Parts: sequence; C-alpha cells; structure tokens
Amino acid sequence: MADNGKLKLGLYWAASCGGCEIAIVELREKILDLDAAADILFWPCAMDFKYKDVEAMPDEHMDVCLFNGAIRTSENEEIAHLLREKSKVLVAFGSCAHEGCIPGLANLFDRKSIFEHAYLEVPTVDNPEGILPQTSFQVPEGEITIPKFYNTVKTLGQVEDVDYYVPGCPPQAPQIWAVIEAILSGNLPPKGSVVGASPNKTVCDECKHDRVEKRIKKFYRPHEIIPDHDACLFDQGIICSGPATRAGCGALCTQVDMPCRGCYGPAPGVVDQGAALLSAVASVVDADTEEEAARIVGEVVDPVGTFYRFGLPASLLHRRKLGG
Amino acid sequence: MSGNGKDFEPRIVGFLCNWCTYAAADTAGVSRMAQPPNVDVIRVMCTGRVDPVFILKAFAEGADGVIVSGCHPPNDCHYQEGNFKTFRRMPLLEALLQQYGIEKERFHWGWISGAEAPQWAQLVREFTEQVRELGPLDWKRQVESKE
Repeated sequence: MADNGKLKLGLYWAASCGGCEIAIVELREKILDLDAAADILFWPCAMDFKYKDVEAMPDEHMDVCLFNGAIRTSENEEIAHLLREKSKVLVAFGSCAHEGCIPGLANLFDRKSIFEHAYLEVPTVDNPEGILPQTSFQVPEGEITIPKFYNTVKTLGQVEDVDYYVPGCPPQAPQIWAVIEAILSGNLPPKGSVVGASPNKTVCDECKHDRVEKRIKKFYRPHEIIPDHDACLFDQGIICSGPATRAGCGALCTQVDMPCRGCYGPAPGVVDQGAALLSAVASVVDADTEEEAARIVGEVVDPVGTFYRFGLPASLLHRRKLGG
Repeated sequence: MSGNGKDFEPRIVGFLCNWCTYAAADTAGVSRMAQPPNVDVIRVMCTGRVDPVFILKAFAEGADGVIVSGCHPPNDCHYQEGNFKTFRRMPLLEALLQQYGIEKERFHWGWISGAEAPQWAQLVREFTEQVRELGPLDWKRQVESKE
C-alpha cells in the first residue's frame, strides 16, 4: 500500500481486443470507489504511462497488476516479465491472459501463414512488393526494430508465474468488483485459484433453460434455427458450451437464447474444456449405427474452433502441429 | 524417441476394453503370435469409458500413435451400449485431431472380439509399421518451440 493507504494498481493489455478495459469501465459509478481505494500506476489503454515509468519502479512496487491479453509477441512476453517483477500480485485478467481466448485460435496457423494471409492474400491489401513485417530494418537514421511475432499464442501463465486467474471474455463487472473487494480486504484464496467465478458450478447450473436430455438427430448452427425460449439449447441441437464451462457470468448468452461459447474457461475439475465439450456433444447424438453417428457428428463444422473457442493455447495440445 | 528412419521405434498407446480386445491381446500373447512390442496397453473396463482427454494426453505427452479397441457393436458390449458411446464420440475426435495436424493414420479405433487374437496381432503389426512410416510425432518439441 502507498503512504496514503491506497492500493497501488497496474493494468496492462497484451494481445487483446480492449474489451477487458471496457469491462473495468463497466463498473460505472463504482469506478469512483475504485479510484478512492486505489492509485493507478500504469494503464496504457486509458492513461499516459511509458514502459520506462514501470522500469523505474522498485521491485514489487505495485500491489496488484491486472494483466489482460495473451502472449502473441516478444513485447507481450517482455512486459509480462517486467510486470511480474514490479507487482506483488499478478492477476491473469480475462480469457486471453487466462487461457488464450480468440487470439489463441491463431494457434491453428503459424507466423508464416498468418503473415501471408494478412499481408498478401486479403483482398483489401495492396502490397505489390510482398513486404512482410521484419523485426529489424535499416533506415538512414539507424536501425528500427519491432517486436517478434511468435508462431504460438501463449497464456500469461505459460510465460510467467501467475497468482490468480479471472476468467471471462470479458470478466463481468460484478465479478470484477468482487475481486477488487477481495484484494482490498486481503481475503484471497490460495495462489493459483480462479477468482471472480464459481468455484464449483457450470454454466448449466445458472441457466434458466430446461434440460430433459433429449437425443438429437441434427446439429444446428445458431443462424439456422430460432430456438425455443424455454427448452435447453443443447436439447434443440445447438452446440452450447455450458456443460463444460465454469459458471460465473450468470449464463448471459443463454438468457437471450444464444448458446454459451465457453469464455469462462473449463468447468472446475475439467482438464481440457474442448474434450469435455466433445464428450457432451457426442453423448446427445441419437445414433444406433456407426454410419449414422458419423453422419450426425460430421455436421459439426470446425470442431477445434467450436470446442476450444476460448482456450486453444491452454488446451492439452496447445496448437496445431507446426509444419503439418 | 529414437530418431527418424528405420531406427525409429514408435510408441503406441492402446486403450483396450477388458471384455473383448484386452482378452484378444492376452490370447495373442499367450499363443505367441508374432507382433512388435510397440503398443503400451492400458486396460479399461469399456471403450465407452475412454475420455477423449486420455487420447489427447497420450499424444501431448509423447505417443506417436493411439489405438482404441473394444467389443463389436451392436451386441457384444458387456455393458450393452458402452461401444455405442465410443462410435458416437470417436469420429468427432478424429476430425478434431486432423485439425490439430495429427495424421489420421496415427489414430485407430475399432472392434476386436475376445475370439479374434490373430486380428489383434495383425493390427499391431500393421499399425506399428504405419506409424513408423510417418516418423515421430514429438508433440512436446513443437509446443516448447521458442519461436
């Protein structure tokens, strides 16, 4: 704590969309309470700080750092190490830092294929000389360098020692506030815990739709069906990540008849969220022959993207085979 | 893992159901049917008990190939419909593995009854050669790459 009794707080974004910052602002008037309780020492998205300001701090100067975003580039990793050094408590904040999230789906590709697509193949790109990003470039004034883009997206926990994980894409405001209150009161669970979410429930436990465990003959993607408002979405053939996902969001998506996409990460005790969801999907298939089963599950478009939408880097296999 | 080419001895994990394929493998061994020693057999009570996590974990931790084998559907299953769960689950897992870039020749699932010991020995011979041909998978090396 600072001399004025306030918490010294840092916030950072690595490979992320900015939604986690919006989620902080979503605290609305409570952000004033946050300001009353904490001094913000670093928040590149909202305030003017430079990396050198952080480098100048003594070690463990900040009480808490909420780190959102995955590790996509060497810059992300370097700042993760720096913030670990300068913070007493490092929190992987949001799905990207927790388990890789949407940026992590790039693990189905590698640097070469991503660069070729983004800088050469996309129809709106005009790049006749086929220039791809270089980590260093000579200009008359000297050498210019940019961070290295890695082949593989990693989670914060895969490159640094993390104290707590706050799941969600983005974390929900009431949950964020509960975490901040827990930090302020010093009432924190054991290191390595997932906080700001349910310790023992899945999204299905919070969902209002009625599950009757129907067997289904056909899978639908959300745009192919107008779902019944009361029946379980899974029972209607819509792949819903609820059974494999940790509760804590209040089942927001299913409230409006959209299937859960799994952003709160694996349910408590689940090793691999995608494998758990795959089993759940297969278990509702109404097929008594191998041919029929193969036909029905063959309708699942993009199994990795569906089952690991938010957690590919944190999954058992982490990424697609390189060079394969 | 012992390198590429002919020196390479594939490491294969086999999840075999207690009532059918495990019995076949046992008989194949007791009957001294010729088969390479590359399959590490893990006996499970039913292939319906094989969580996809087992297979993903096998590949993640160094297996070059995985076999899941149990009782013929529709009537052989000791638990009546455990193998139904298997044939609903495995095609989806197969599609998943291919998206991960794991060749479909590295994963075999199917049925061998307790009376089909020669078929087991043949599967082991063929599958081992098939995986040897593909070379080591070496998943850990890939994901620990610093690039």
